[in-house]
Amino acid sequence: MDLIETALAILASGLRLAIPLLCACLAGLYSERSGVVDIGLEGKMLAAAFGATVAALSTGSAYAGLAVGMATAVVLALIHGYAAITQRGNQIVSGMAINMLAAGLTALLGNVWYREGGRTPSLEGAARFNPITLPGTETLADVPVLGPFWRLVVSGHPLPVYLALAAVPLTWFLLYRTRWGLRLRAVGENPAAVDTAGISVPRIRYSAMLATGVLCGLGGTYLAVAQAASFLPHITAGKGFIALAALIFAKWRPVQALGACLLFGLLDAVAIRLQGVALPGIGQVPVQAIQALPYVLTVILLAGFVGRAIPPKAIGVPYVKER
Amino acid sequence: MTDQGTAAPAIMLTGIDKRFGTVHANKAIDLVVAKGTIHGIIGENGAGKSTLMSILYGFYEADSGTIAVNGRTVRIRSSADAIALGIGMVHQHFMLVETMTVAENVLLGAEGSGLIAARLDHARAEIARLGRDYGLIVDPDAVVGELSVGLQQRVEIIKALYRGAEILILDEPTGVLTPAEATQLFEVLGELRRQGRTILIITHKLKEIMAITDAVSVMRRGAMVAHRTTAETSVAELAELMVGRAMTQPERPASAAPGQPLLVVAGLSVRDSRGVTRVTDVSFAVSAGEIVGIAGVSGNGQSELVEAIAGIIRPSAGTISVAGHRLTNADDAASLRGYGLAHVPEDRHRMGLVTAFPAWENILLGHHAEARYGTGLLIDRAATLTDTAGRMNAFDVRPDNPHLKMANFSGGNQQKLVIAREIGAAPQVLIVAQPTRGVDIGAIAFIHDQLLAMKAAGKAILLVSVELDEIFALSDRIAVMCGGRLVGIRDTNATDQNEIGLMMAGVERAA
Amino acid sequence: MSAPVTLPRWADLALLPALNVLVAFAVAGLVVLAIGESPLEATALLLRGALGHGEGIGFTLYYTTNFVFAGLAVAVAFHAGLFNIGGEGQAMLGGVGAAMVALAFGTGPGWLVLPLAVLAAAAFGALWAAVPGWLQARRGSHVVITTIMFNFIASALLIYLLVDVFRPPGSMEPSSRLFGPGGKLPFLHELVPGLPKTPLNLSFVLALAASVVIYLLIYRSRLGYAIRTVGANPTAARYGGISPERITIIVMAISGALAGMMAINEILGVQHRLINDFTGGYGFVGIAVALMGRSHPVGILLAALLFGVLYQGGTELAFDKPRITRDMIVVIQGLVILFAGALEFMFKPALARLLGGREG
Repeated sequence: MDLIETALAILASGLRLAIPLLCACLAGLYSERSGVVDIGLEGKMLAAAFGATVAALSTGSAYAGLAVGMATAVVLALIHGYAAITQRGNQIVSGMAINMLAAGLTALLGNVWYREGGRTPSLEGAARFNPITLPGTETLADVPVLGPFWRLVVSGHPLPVYLALAAVPLTWFLLYRTRWGLRLRAVGENPAAVDTAGISVPRIRYSAMLATGVLCGLGGTYLAVAQAASFLPHITAGKGFIALAALIFAKWRPVQALGACLLFGLLDAVAIRLQGVALPGIGQVPVQAIQALPYVLTVILLAGFVGRAIPPKAIGVPYVKER
Repeated sequence: MTDQGTAAPAIMLTGIDKRFGTVHANKAIDLVVAKGTIHGIIGENGAGKSTLMSILYGFYEADSGTIAVNGRTVRIRSSADAIALGIGMVHQHFMLVETMTVAENVLLGAEGSGLIAARLDHARAEIARLGRDYGLIVDPDAVVGELSVGLQQRVEIIKALYRGAEILILDEPTGVLTPAEATQLFEVLGELRRQGRTILIITHKLKEIMAITDAVSVMRRGAMVAHRTTAETSVAELAELMVGRAMTQPERPASAAPGQPLLVVAGLSVRDSRGVTRVTDVSFAVSAGEIVGIAGVSGNGQSELVEAIAGIIRPSAGTISVAGHRLTNADDAASLRGYGLAHVPEDRHRMGLVTAFPAWENILLGHHAEARYGTGLLIDRAATLTDTAGRMNAFDVRPDNPHLKMANFSGGNQQKLVIAREIGAAPQVLIVAQPTRGVDIGAIAFIHDQLLAMKAAGKAILLVSVELDEIFALSDRIAVMCGGRLVGIRDTNATDQNEIGLMMAGVERAA
Repeated sequence: MSAPVTLPRWADLALLPALNVLVAFAVAGLVVLAIGESPLEATALLLRGALGHGEGIGFTLYYTTNFVFAGLAVAVAFHAGLFNIGGEGQAMLGGVGAAMVALAFGTGPGWLVLPLAVLAAAAFGALWAAVPGWLQARRGSHVVITTIMFNFIASALLIYLLVDVFRPPGSMEPSSRLFGPGGKLPFLHELVPGLPKTPLNLSFVLALAASVVIYLLIYRSRLGYAIRTVGANPTAARYGGISPERITIIVMAISGALAGMMAINEILGVQHRLINDFTGGYGFVGIAVALMGRSHPVGILLAALLFGVLYQGGTELAFDKPRITRDMIVVIQGLVILFAGALEFMFKPALARLLGGREG
């Protein structure tokens, strides 16, 4: 394979690997911008992946899968919201609980219902989101670089990929161009300012939870109903946590979130590609070094050695009207 | 009470009462504010001014009493209700989102439509208009966190006006402003009054009251004690009303000839965590057998001065010597205790106590590393309990149960425990800040006696208090702080509350 | 707006936490019911599997050992107001430390090598936690996020070490070679004749000792006083001459050392070689254990024992009832963390009304 094809293939693979990160990252963005810490992205995606697969298997429709996947994640997001907003509980603890509940319940129920050690049967046909070939693929086929770029990177992905990508400008628009976004950004920085302006703090935070749930649902559905075509226990494999790193890396901003997720996805794709390959002059690069890179970069950023990631000011603090 | 007799008053409060648990914050408050006037409300810290205004702005609901706005009785259950009635509030701690622009802050809660692009343009235009009309000039696209405090306050005023506020409440508006910024603010307020708006201003700065208000109401300990027309009162009268009639002055023992200076502060400046200078170039000394009182309206740098001397925050300039030890950067609260310094902090809940711990563990605070409380790595419980019981007894802390959780003691007994701990350490230098805040009468006398006994024993005491009576009752000399500077030091015998009150307002020499 | 509610002390300390745990188990029972099994029968099988025979008890206590270390690690940090989620990563590093000593000196005498290996496990874990502690104290980055990141970094590091450094030539398995005899912690059945053959080893005794030490540290020592003061009121701590920054670093190191000592049980006690995934999520169980045990060593011992019973009994249960897999234990963990942690005060107002406690 020539160099360009290889590079484009890695790029396309990086994009696919970035999609679940992107969904979870944007999901976390809504929650954290509203002032609620969410380390339960992983669990919500996992539960969504399971719910989506079960629904797609039983209805034969990938869209039903998507709807149920989103609903599943929304329920968990609302539990987190209830603990964090209404009960003013510890948000980290609540997030941990969600992760464990999701990990345990999906594996348990998967085994009860399908008896394959927690795996589900494979999704086929309309029960799965299949690759979409975008118009222009044939027209551009013979154009150098652009042709293969269109074929490999732009076209040929299942629907959730395009939905996730569309969520980036949508999030940007919601955040910076709508009343809800204005209030959302404000409530994560200074809930008292929102309260004194006559706006309900809990209502905005709960609505953020809904958005978080929907996006986690999309990410989980993509993993199971599009990418893997079945559910396996722990299918999210820590992606919810890398997304959290990406969110910090993006400094809680949507367009930068896309950049961070693409970077981390690409790192993953490169790591897979470099497995066992000796680079000229460097020798064999340990795959684990590349895999750990997103976390290392995030820690360095958090420590303020390069740039500074300043979280929303009110994050993690339950809002109590003070005397 | 004003010259606009005919119109219904902008605000009329009748019998407003509010309790927070055991604290009676507002006691049957009556207040009438005439339309188109600037009305001042003055009172000491904790007099209940902010609570009253929060009730008016719908942040709390009163337990009883009525509110009438423009002659109509209303119920204000939330800030949204207040805003709808044309009431706007500029909080002491600004309610701004620092990461957002001025226009976005102005728009928040008053967006008017789901999409904000067009509304932002409207807000920008409106901000420009308010700038022209009232001199409230600010860049609508500036990020609020990057603006000076004075400009941020302007944004708060603009926010209220954008929502159509006819009645504007300002809570301690000049506390954070420079004199120049304050002057500008007063010009804006004057312009607002000229255009018919009503302004309620809460402050404890008498000079400001005299300069800009039409009428003034005085609060003390949760009650409204007087209403005056500004033109017919004086700083002296207001000061007296605010602080309360001087109670019978306790006998202050004659000062022995002061001994060696034990606490020497020279050229001290302190910045707070945000980099704002809170104390500027303060110098004084306290000698053995002497009590020096620091008077001043709270928030004029006393807290920072005390914390710097006690080793809790580092000064940005100047030197401090405690019992002959000149402090270095290596010193902290622990090493200072070793030099013989004790410190009764102004806020026992925030700093002086761990309310979740039992009494005996609070006796350890600041002393847990000392040999008398154990050998080696472990704390000797029995010894600490015995020590605690002895001190609770000596300082009359009730109930005298060392195992009782600190939160379950009354305020006076909590304070007595703090004092038992600090005086019990047999210090050379004692710093006490607001020693009788939130303390019942009996405990006040007891605490004062303890301080006088310390003085008789030849210790140096620095007393910081916002209670002028207390300062006068105990101090040999009185230093006055205003705006982070030491305005002057007087011998207690050669001054009176009038002069000190004027100095607290920043006037160096009494007329 | 919920008014502050007060409960009698005994209800606050015992009744409310017990109620929370009870609700967690009740919901778990509903889950069992939902998958078509009887919760009562399942509980009986579980208890029999965990406690009904000597072998079961041995396995139960072997699991308990991990949870004691993990629970103590979380609890020590809680006392200073810190949340250490990095137990997994710290345990991995602890394993690396222990294995390095055991591999290098495995031919030496156990009385010399084992203490060294234990120390190495604690030291490596401590270091891996002290870095996030330092980052919070001096650079302002939150330990929750950094310890999560450090878990993943540790995992990558462990795999790298196993694949590229420790793996014996020719082996396909990502694990080190077996330790020499000096690097093996004796099993209890080797020390006490007559005990059934189980993985229970000397680290159980170490875990009990660690509980005592941590009790003394937190409630009896000067350092513990400083730690609790920082956790309860950092401003008062600074007033008392205690540096919250310094305590943060020290506490994270102690917490990490305890987490690192989980590796003693798994690596020195049972596996006798460094393997991947030996932490098995036990570090996260520590959060449930610490919450349930109210961060007190006695409570932690009891909670760890309960989770030991769940793990061992759950394994046997899964054998008898294939529908109830060991994942059920993870569900219970999640429920305990949810009800005893995040929703800690949910029943407080109702309980206060029930007990006639006053509101406001």
